[in-house]
Amino acid sequence: MDAILLQILNGLDKGSAYALIALGLTLIFGTLGVVNFAHGALFMIGAFCAVMLQRILNLSFQTIDETQKDFLGNPLKVDTPYVHSWFGPETGAAIIDWSVPLAVIFAIPIMLFIGYAMERGLIKHFYKRPHADQILVTFGLAIVLQEIIKYFFGANPIQTPEPSALKGSLDIGLMLGFDPNAIIYPIWRLVYFAFAAVIIGGVFAFLQFTTFGMVVRAGMADRETVGLLGINIDKRFTIMFGIAAGVAGLAGVMYGPLNPPNYHMGMDFLVLSFVVVVVGGMGSLPGAVAAGFLLGVLESFASTTWATTTIPGINQIIIYLVAIIILLTRPRGLLGRKGVMED
Amino acid sequence: MGILEVKNVGKRFGGLQALSDVNLSVAENTVHAIIGPNGAGKSTLLNCLVGKLIPDSGSVMFDGQSVLGRAPYEINQMGISRVFQTPEIFGDLTVLENMMIPCFARRDGAFELNALPSVGSQKDVVEQAMHMLEEMRMADKRHMHAASMSRGDKRRLEIGMCLSQQPRLLLLDEPTAGMARADTNNTIDLLKQIKEERDITIAIIEHDMHVVFSLAERITVLAQGTPLVEDTPENIKGHPKVREAYLGESA
Amino acid sequence: MLGLDKKDTSLLIIVAILTLLAPFILNPFPTGSAMAQFNAGYPDLMQRFVIFGIFAIGFNILFGLTGYLSFGHAAFLGVGSYSAVWMFKLLSYNVIPAIALSVVVAALFALLIGYVSLRRSGIYFSILTLAFAQMSFALAYSVLSNPKFNLTNGETGLQVYADDPQIFHRDGLPDMPHLFGLSMRSTYKLDLGAWSFDFNAGYYLCAVIMMVMFYLAIRIFRSPFGMMLRAVKSNQQRMNYTGLNPRPYTLAAFVISGMYAGLAGGLMAAMDPLAGAERMQWTASGEVVLMTILGGAGTLIGPVLGAGFIKYFENIFSKINDTILHQWFSFLPDGIEDFMVFIVHPFIGKGWHLTLGILFMLVVIFLPGGLVEGGQRLGNWLRNRGKRTSEAKTKHEPAE
Repeated sequence: MDAILLQILNGLDKGSAYALIALGLTLIFGTLGVVNFAHGALFMIGAFCAVMLQRILNLSFQTIDETQKDFLGNPLKVDTPYVHSWFGPETGAAIIDWSVPLAVIFAIPIMLFIGYAMERGLIKHFYKRPHADQILVTFGLAIVLQEIIKYFFGANPIQTPEPSALKGSLDIGLMLGFDPNAIIYPIWRLVYFAFAAVIIGGVFAFLQFTTFGMVVRAGMADRETVGLLGINIDKRFTIMFGIAAGVAGLAGVMYGPLNPPNYHMGMDFLVLSFVVVVVGGMGSLPGAVAAGFLLGVLESFASTTWATTTIPGINQIIIYLVAIIILLTRPRGLLGRKGVMED
Repeated sequence: MGILEVKNVGKRFGGLQALSDVNLSVAENTVHAIIGPNGAGKSTLLNCLVGKLIPDSGSVMFDGQSVLGRAPYEINQMGISRVFQTPEIFGDLTVLENMMIPCFARRDGAFELNALPSVGSQKDVVEQAMHMLEEMRMADKRHMHAASMSRGDKRRLEIGMCLSQQPRLLLLDEPTAGMARADTNNTIDLLKQIKEERDITIAIIEHDMHVVFSLAERITVLAQGTPLVEDTPENIKGHPKVREAYLGESA
Repeated sequence: MLGLDKKDTSLLIIVAILTLLAPFILNPFPTGSAMAQFNAGYPDLMQRFVIFGIFAIGFNILFGLTGYLSFGHAAFLGVGSYSAVWMFKLLSYNVIPAIALSVVVAALFALLIGYVSLRRSGIYFSILTLAFAQMSFALAYSVLSNPKFNLTNGETGLQVYADDPQIFHRDGLPDMPHLFGLSMRSTYKLDLGAWSFDFNAGYYLCAVIMMVMFYLAIRIFRSPFGMMLRAVKSNQQRMNYTGLNPRPYTLAAFVISGMYAGLAGGLMAAMDPLAGAERMQWTASGEVVLMTILGGAGTLIGPVLGAGFIKYFENIFSKINDTILHQWFSFLPDGIEDFMVFIVHPFIGKGWHLTLGILFMLVVIFLPGGLVEGGQRLGNWLRNRGKRTSEAKTKHEPAE
């Protein structure tokens, strides 16, 4: 029992990432009708926002400390981050330590802007063009974005650690009445899951309880009618794209400590995210989220030693297998609307 | 026994009963029109006849054989050709190529891997296609890109494509929708000509009463998913129930 | 001639001449000169041109003609390579059985994947092929490389070892892929004055095969089958209601393009007997998509142009570095020269993918017909100005 719970927990962090990216993809597909192959790149950019902030905060100036000597016998060169000198060494160190959560604030305007720019600059010209063209141009954009990041940050993964206060693990098993050390779960993963839940909840609340959200939902159901009602759906869709980009970006920012950001993480997550969207049901927001978590947990179960010794490498293909089976037996996905995309 | 026998067909979409108790008999070699106000279920009925939808109940027999559960291409091979509301042709191909495709379908069936000979070498198909283009008076346009034609021309091409398969039943779904008066009259003349020159049954769904009364020998009026009246055009014209269905209680 | 009309025959002949004379055409610069690095006439690169040309021609049948965008064709490439290497291991290094097996195995694999994927169309289809591609990659990388059942040798890649059976191998035959004794590596070097040209057996084998496959593609394009494929792309609904079943047509197109990919994979292994899993990743499929679109999807010559273009510039760009840039811009005043080098720097060397991505986006946005459309537009523009059409135009025109 505890092993099962542990695997479920293990799947939650990756599942959260899938859910967030899939949520954004579905928003874009459901509202704008655009297939966005650059969405993974948005996730990646979010992660690199964290890297950027970390680098900015670590910007230092050099002083020479005559009183100390380095190993060659010369006066020691001391690098002092600016934040240290502005806020004092302790606060400064604390700020750097918390750079990942702080990056959330840093990333929001950046991601919204990038999303807005993408939509106005590129995507909106592709609304009327066939899906294949949309896929191709966003695929090209994803490559370009990836290469730009690679150019500025190099090809190697960059560590973005979580705040030291949130390092380590929690003995959840103990809290639930199991034996000690039966279910140990890293704190940051819990934080990530909670963070994802908050964002998902926020998006759903926004769509459900605001007028703006209601118009968007109407537009998702029947875009033409909404337009005929005189509502400028385009502007709202632009904002939705920005929000979707923001969601993907935030998913990336906080994911850094779990998997050091590298330039092709976008592509890595993209395929699986599309698979998640399709399994959940294209155009279904709850479906995307549910499928994200389900597939994350499924992947986790498939990664257990038992599974990998029975069929080595099963963890890498299980999601695709399940997706293929679902696509064939129930093409509208788990929660998709009937008739959507059923040829 | 008509060539098309629809018995007790019903179809439900969620909470909406789109069709109920639909009984329809289309006699061979007649022109039978199906009319009715918007939302009456005409398109749903049509989709049940061509394999796009499967009714929840009832039967659809064409020439004694059931149509239900068959794929659209099978139904077409049985002898039913369909003309769409918006002309459906192969926009990327030339007019001649458009006409050759149904000729190939007739000669080779639903699938034939004819990957090595060139199209030009298939003399019999080319001839048939040219013949039909001449009948449709479109032979001069044969190398035109189909998508660049006018709507009226596309409609003519589509009808020609359907006819080249020598169907027993030609189903037309609001063929003059969105057409100007001149084009509508051309279409009416064309359909009249087709009826005179061939042994063919025509079933036509229409809104335009001018078209209906010019062509139909029998009319079925559909309202709220079920047939209201079926009779000759003269009897339908002044029928009180029909007026009520179209114009509401105030008529 | 050969069942082709005049336009197509001239196209075929032109392509044949260009391919046969490639060692000359691609080595215009004297060896040892400053421009020599832009020579493309060495065996490895020339082989890659024609092999990817084959890959792209096949892909074009499915995408350009039938309108189905598959991101999984690299899987067939990989399968072809693995099959060929297995043939080398089991029978001998003779390339003929190896290539034959590649095509057969790829066809079967394509039949399986196509049958499943084609049950959906449009974006669903593309995502299905994506899923299959990644699955195949994972299968090749881990699942099928475990000690109990090692089919692909995972990360290391599949190679031929000294202790492999090689039943038909004899002494006196080369210890590397050969065609009935003629090693694929054997290269005849022709020195004419300052120039040097390489005539490589492997290249010519691939080139001849490419010509045959190109010819077959022309036949397919011009056949009733090809017309049906275009009908599928144009209006599948009308096709259904015209008594035609699109499914077998699309499946046939899928399998045929899969066979082309398998052939390309087999040839890759025949030139270099090593098969690796990375060949099967979906991003590798992305490359053939790029080639086909860049060249001109749906045209005859487009994919070949695209393959050549990308492989050539991939080679060139990776060789350009800052020093060369400085040489080029040396005529500018120093400050501007440095500025220009700074601007251009991200796009060269390892920045090739960035350049390619941008170029691809530009093509999709502004010139969806690729180089072929570009050539046609250029030709029209020139013709309208009363000048003679450029030579490039004659090469592009027959493709439509």
